[in-house]
Amino acid sequence: MDRRTVFNGRLLPVVLLLPQLLLTLFFFYWPAGEAVWSSLTTQDAFGQGWVFVGLDNFQDLFSDPLYLDSIVRTVFFCLTVSVVAISLALALAVFADRQIAGRGVYRTLLIWPYAIAPAMSAVLFLFVLNPRVGLLGRWLNRHGVAWDYTLNGSQAMLMVVSASAWKQVSYDFIFFLAGLQSIPRAVIEAARMDGAKGWRRFRTITFPLLSPTTFFLLVVNVVYAAFDTFGTIYALTQGGPGKDTETLVIKVFRDGVINQDIGSSSAQSVVLMLGVILITAVQFRFMGRRTLS
Amino acid sequence: MATLDIEGLRKSFGVTEVLRQIDLSLIDGEMLVIVGASGCGKSTLLRLVAGLEQPTAGRIVIGGRDVTAFDPSERDIAMVFQNYALYPHMSVFDNMAYGLRIRGLSRGEIARKVEQAAAMLGLDDLLARKPRQLSGGQRQRVAMGRAIVRDPKLFLFDEPLSNLDAKLRVQMRAEIRKLQRRLGVTSLYVTHDQVEAMTLGDRLLILHEGRPAQLATPMEVFEHPADTYVAGFVGSPTMNFLQGRLVQDGTAVALDAGPLVQLQGRRAGDAVMLGIRPEHLTPDAQGLMLAVDLIEPLGSETLVHGRVTGASGETITVKIAGAVAPVETLTVHLQADHAHIFDARTGKRIDPTG
Amino acid sequence: MRRSFNRPDYIAHTILVLGVLLFAFPVWLVFAGSTQDSDAIMRGDLSLMPHLANLSVYPRVLLHGTMGTEPVWHMLLTSFGMAVAIATGKIFISVLSAYAVVFFRFPFRQTAFWLIFVTLMLPVEVRIIPTYAVMAGFGLINTFTGLWVPLIASATATLLFRQVFTAIPDELVEAARIDGAGPLRFLRDIVLPVSGANIAALFVILFVYGWNQYLWPLLVSTDPALDTIVIGIVKMIGQETQTDWSAVMATAVLALLPPVAVVVLMQRWFVAGLTEGEK
Repeated sequence: MDRRTVFNGRLLPVVLLLPQLLLTLFFFYWPAGEAVWSSLTTQDAFGQGWVFVGLDNFQDLFSDPLYLDSIVRTVFFCLTVSVVAISLALALAVFADRQIAGRGVYRTLLIWPYAIAPAMSAVLFLFVLNPRVGLLGRWLNRHGVAWDYTLNGSQAMLMVVSASAWKQVSYDFIFFLAGLQSIPRAVIEAARMDGAKGWRRFRTITFPLLSPTTFFLLVVNVVYAAFDTFGTIYALTQGGPGKDTETLVIKVFRDGVINQDIGSSSAQSVVLMLGVILITAVQFRFMGRRTLS
Repeated sequence: MATLDIEGLRKSFGVTEVLRQIDLSLIDGEMLVIVGASGCGKSTLLRLVAGLEQPTAGRIVIGGRDVTAFDPSERDIAMVFQNYALYPHMSVFDNMAYGLRIRGLSRGEIARKVEQAAAMLGLDDLLARKPRQLSGGQRQRVAMGRAIVRDPKLFLFDEPLSNLDAKLRVQMRAEIRKLQRRLGVTSLYVTHDQVEAMTLGDRLLILHEGRPAQLATPMEVFEHPADTYVAGFVGSPTMNFLQGRLVQDGTAVALDAGPLVQLQGRRAGDAVMLGIRPEHLTPDAQGLMLAVDLIEPLGSETLVHGRVTGASGETITVKIAGAVAPVETLTVHLQADHAHIFDARTGKRIDPTG
Repeated sequence: MRRSFNRPDYIAHTILVLGVLLFAFPVWLVFAGSTQDSDAIMRGDLSLMPHLANLSVYPRVLLHGTMGTEPVWHMLLTSFGMAVAIATGKIFISVLSAYAVVFFRFPFRQTAFWLIFVTLMLPVEVRIIPTYAVMAGFGLINTFTGLWVPLIASATATLLFRQVFTAIPDELVEAARIDGAGPLRFLRDIVLPVSGANIAALFVILFVYGWNQYLWPLLVSTDPALDTIVIGIVKMIGQETQTDWSAVMATAVLALLPPVAVVVLMQRWFVAGLTEGEK
């Protein structure tokens, strides 16, 4: 990574780095440190000071069945959203990569949803599937399907998974299309010479060659589903009905911001941080230091 | 225009010594070509002169002014890079004008200088273009133009032709030489191409592992190579080497391959290497016997590659005028007056003592 | 070797059209709904044909808002200001820090880089509570500054620029040094113009990122005057009874328009920037 030629000077680079470092310090390290500290302490009985309690908050957390449920739910949610979004995007990308008329138009029409906010995807889905206002929602009820995601937990989960995956397809599509275009033409031509066609060529040549992209997207999608979907879920169900769509981030928000349980929500924040660090480590382990080099 | 003096220059990167001891003086208007295999330190030497690296020891004096501690921009030099290093977002005009603008020249003066240089290089019609709209040869000219407009004391060329195809390279080589003569700017030219070195330089500096192997005119280097490295580096196909021993009081070499070669004059030494260029071996009834490996017809001449029969088994190339019929073996005569004698141990040239 | 254009690839067209419809349908539905009568929507009489005569709902929500929210123009302006501030701010500080790391040698250079790099792993969602506390300490709750400043520290953008700057050939730096350009001049005259496409691409990505923020503004602002359009629309759908549905739908369309327009208009740059940068 090192350049041969650099500029001289000690002060200038420090001045250039300062804004970034200060912001990082104030808004990343300080809060992160605070989270770790609060997760290890609790307010004393009189609300006067802080008592160090070690890992008590974590112990409480992991013996709370509601929290464990939330972990399982989040894992399920993340994987489902990722698999649905990735599969759909891959299928669309494979066909959009073909030499067909109007492919430029197709691409634009499949890329624009990138601009939709997670919370906006909730709004759009509401107008389609809400049992009272939504076009499809009402249609379902009129035809004998008892569709109401505000009451039925499974339907609510289906709803947030759909809305979250729907929003992420275009992102994955962009990457798959780029991945497909970077496969050397000669490799595909060699496969044609060998007589590999259609599904077989996709399964034995294209898909394996796309695996770095797929893996990268899997990581990104899991992180997206874990964190960015806060807006989607909060706007659609607020984690309900009951706690049926309450993912970890929704729970942190509810416990910390609404219920003001600082110790528990800090411990939850720390667990989430460890989770992200774990995912990132896995990513680096398998992708090499690609992002770094 | 100026002289360049390099005194006791050394450069190490960590524990690796890249340049061990360079002393060099260029007279005003001279073109010195620095040549050597990759990793010999030639580019480092150029970059030291440019001020892009700081020497570990030694001085660099341009036009009588010690510039060793100066920034590149204060040294009054111009450099032409291997990949041209044109600013991709600037037009040809702006590429040439950039350095002048930083120097604070007036608009009129900049325009005059750039147009003058462009006319000299035939770039008049391309001034508004961006580098990506130019061919390789045109980019090369722009890089030259950027150097010329500055009226520098010293031109530095860092393998400027190696990104061009063979035909264009020959053409640009001639152009660079003409231009340099016409402008009379003292120049250092780095290359790994020995043909470029022979045709361009007033003098050559052959570097070998960070040391000067020889500093002389091209013909002198060709005719009196200072050691086996230089001898093998200059000339194509490369010189043949045969092991032997000085006998008859130093007036002849007994080759390990058999034949005895009578030399002119007397030399001091024992185990030697006899160097002989492929064109100085001629088919003959008697002499060195070769087992032929490969015959390469080149049109006007033919190269025969073979191995000396017998224990020593040196690989030999023979250059023969015209075509050669396929043969299994070939006997060649050594033109003894073209033989070069080197010390087998040190590789240094051994000249007759009297 | 290319597939000829003679025989249309029906399978591909079918699948792609279905894909396009999957994304276009909800938006069309909302647009059509925005031109219809709220009571009709409530009764479920939503037609997919827009009543173009009723476009007056748009100026109405723009100027007055609906159901007690801020006027939509104000929320759009807040969103726009926030998105532009985040994009510009992020690019600004990331360019400077990446430039320092790539083009200089100084003590703790690697340390500084790693300090920034590690934050790649800490999205705002995982540090909601403590960040709120820090914000309160700075007095940034319910301020416009609070909406954007904390979001501009960014490892991703720094990494991207570091990659872009590292790819600038050494010879270009050397040529500039011989031409007499100092570090700041080199940044302005060479590095920024050469990285123009990357900056444009990143601007699009960050504009969309800024526009789409939800959790952060929800956290740092309770003042309706600081409601972004995304916050505003979610507030509107929260009150399911007695809702002026066509006004909500019109607001949704207006909320979608700016980021979608930016993405579509700058599609070429943005796609290249996204796939180069994040991979």
